[in-house]
Amino acid sequence: MIKRILTSRELLLAAAIAGLIALIATKFPGFIAPENLINAFNDTSPLIILALGQMIVILTRCIDLSVAANLALTGMIVAMINTQLPWVPVPVLIAIAVAFGTVMGMINGLLTWKLDIPPIVVTLGTMTIYRGIIFLLSEGQWINAHEMSDSFKAFPRQTIFNLPVLSWFAIIITLLLFILVTRTPLGRAFYAVGGNPNAAVYAGIDVGKTQFMAFTVCGALAGLTGYLWVSRYAVAYVDIAGGFELDVVAACVIGGISIAGGIGSVIGAFLGAIFLGVIKNALPVIGISPFAQLAISGAAIVLAVMFNARAGRKQGRLILKREDSGT
Amino acid sequence: MSTIADKTTHQIPDHLRPRWHRTLMTWECMLFLVAVGIFIINSFASPYFLDPWNLSDATFNFTEKAMIAFAMALLIVSGEIDLSVAAIIALVSTAMGFVAQLGVGVPVLIFVGICVGLLCGAFNGFLVSIMGLPSIVVTIGTMSLFRGISYIVLGDQAFTAYPAELSFFGQGYVWWVISFELVLFAVTALIFGVLLHKTAFGRAVTMIGNNPVGALYSGVNVNRVKFTLFMLTGLMSAIAAICLTSRLGSTRPSIAFGWELEIITIVVLGGVNILGGSGTIVGVVIAAFILGMVTFGFGLLNVPGIVMSIFLGLLLIGVIALPRIWQRFTSRPA
Repeated sequence: MIKRILTSRELLLAAAIAGLIALIATKFPGFIAPENLINAFNDTSPLIILALGQMIVILTRCIDLSVAANLALTGMIVAMINTQLPWVPVPVLIAIAVAFGTVMGMINGLLTWKLDIPPIVVTLGTMTIYRGIIFLLSEGQWINAHEMSDSFKAFPRQTIFNLPVLSWFAIIITLLLFILVTRTPLGRAFYAVGGNPNAAVYAGIDVGKTQFMAFTVCGALAGLTGYLWVSRYAVAYVDIAGGFELDVVAACVIGGISIAGGIGSVIGAFLGAIFLGVIKNALPVIGISPFAQLAISGAAIVLAVMFNARAGRKQGRLILKREDSGT
Repeated sequence: MSTIADKTTHQIPDHLRPRWHRTLMTWECMLFLVAVGIFIINSFASPYFLDPWNLSDATFNFTEKAMIAFAMALLIVSGEIDLSVAAIIALVSTAMGFVAQLGVGVPVLIFVGICVGLLCGAFNGFLVSIMGLPSIVVTIGTMSLFRGISYIVLGDQAFTAYPAELSFFGQGYVWWVISFELVLFAVTALIFGVLLHKTAFGRAVTMIGNNPVGALYSGVNVNRVKFTLFMLTGLMSAIAAICLTSRLGSTRPSIAFGWELEIITIVVLGGVNILGGSGTIVGVVIAAFILGMVTFGFGLLNVPGIVMSIFLGLLLIGVIALPRIWQRFTSRPA
């Protein structure tokens, strides 16, 4: 039991994060000041929310590369509504963002479920389509801070118990997804579908429908992040969060979510996002050029996949060969 | 990926349709008709389309991408994928620009470019075939890694100090309107066609895509074949990078951004099964022509590039979805 806790993926990752923060703090004590840590967490919140959605999708053996485009499109839609109709209250805008995000997730899910198209192809395609639609909607124009209403911009910045609303969103969604994944039949179905789709069918689970649900949840979270992102950074244009889907996948892989499906936890995805967030926030402090971020994300993905494979191999001997082994 | 073994049933008819009928019903033949159709529409849409020099210019839209698409086709037939190809272009181009600053000659530049491409391919191949990692994630990772290195080297700068002789690869003409790139495209198409369809290696690639375990038990060195395919993809990306760098005459870290999508679209449009196991180089060649002509036609009609990318995304999904929808309607019991 003790050995299991000590070698648990989540604990190792938490220790790595603590070590990393401690290491930075020895050189730059200001980094562990409470305000700075809150700031870093707040910066990481969108990544946490998206990583949790992506985690569910990856659990079911799919992948969603369109999350960042989904975020950018919903963000643009709510920003445009806000500039045209400034009286629409923020909760309604959030509902609209979630609704649009959900629909986009459902499109991904339906194409995967009903037409059996590989999810990587579907989401690679929808990624460019969603980005293109932003261009058509905005005609390439930016929506800047002065065009947005004050309440629109202020909402994610309000603080409750010293923590901004944006951070609270990340925390509440982590809790909600923890309940969804560990305490509901749908949550079990995500693992069952990813672990062994054939067995899941015999257990009475509709594989395609479960994947569709995963895409839908992921899309809804991406839509929510769309509003949060645009209101926090107070700007909307075609390329916001460009390439962010890679960070999201990286956070999942670092968090120990197996890309082959069926393995992973909410805490893992949460910590994976925090790990990337700490690195990103530390880079300017240590004095490394922001241009290095992309390479660091890439290296983190590659290393994490290698680490995952090594950890997975120790699990036990193969008794029965899986049908798709070797692919 | 998400397909389940017992969902697909194979139907074997008791007699075959006549040969001409089978040839006419192939994907390649359909593509060819589409290509002819687009050609005719384009020539009516714009009076400038049929000018030989314009047509020659239009080939630059696809030659570089298609060269990578051939290698990618083999990779996808074998059941793997490489999303890092565009990033390899960026890294190769950056390496060439870096060396060019030292004032070396064109042969050295090309040697360096090809070495970097092969190294990138070998790195992907090592992670996928020797470490046994899934190629999608590995190449998503190396995609940001390779381009990231390019960003570290260049930042917001650009390399422009290339020797004048380098321009032949991307701007030179062999004869009249036939550009060097077009010849290179034709030669690589031929080589890859022979490689996939006429050699034992090609059979092994197809076999691995259909049944990797079966291939292994038949004495095919699956890991070595996959490693070779990733090296080939790296090599072709390097060649494309040399042509592109020579054509543009400059290197920025954002060079060839998003090309992986277009390359995969060409391969899938060419009739290669995205799940592996089947596909032809002829299809990829025609698909490359179609994509090039559509891009050119859109350009003549002043359609912005991002609208073109919507079209690409729709095409990528539509090409896979339509046959499946069609199959569903025709195979439904009456």
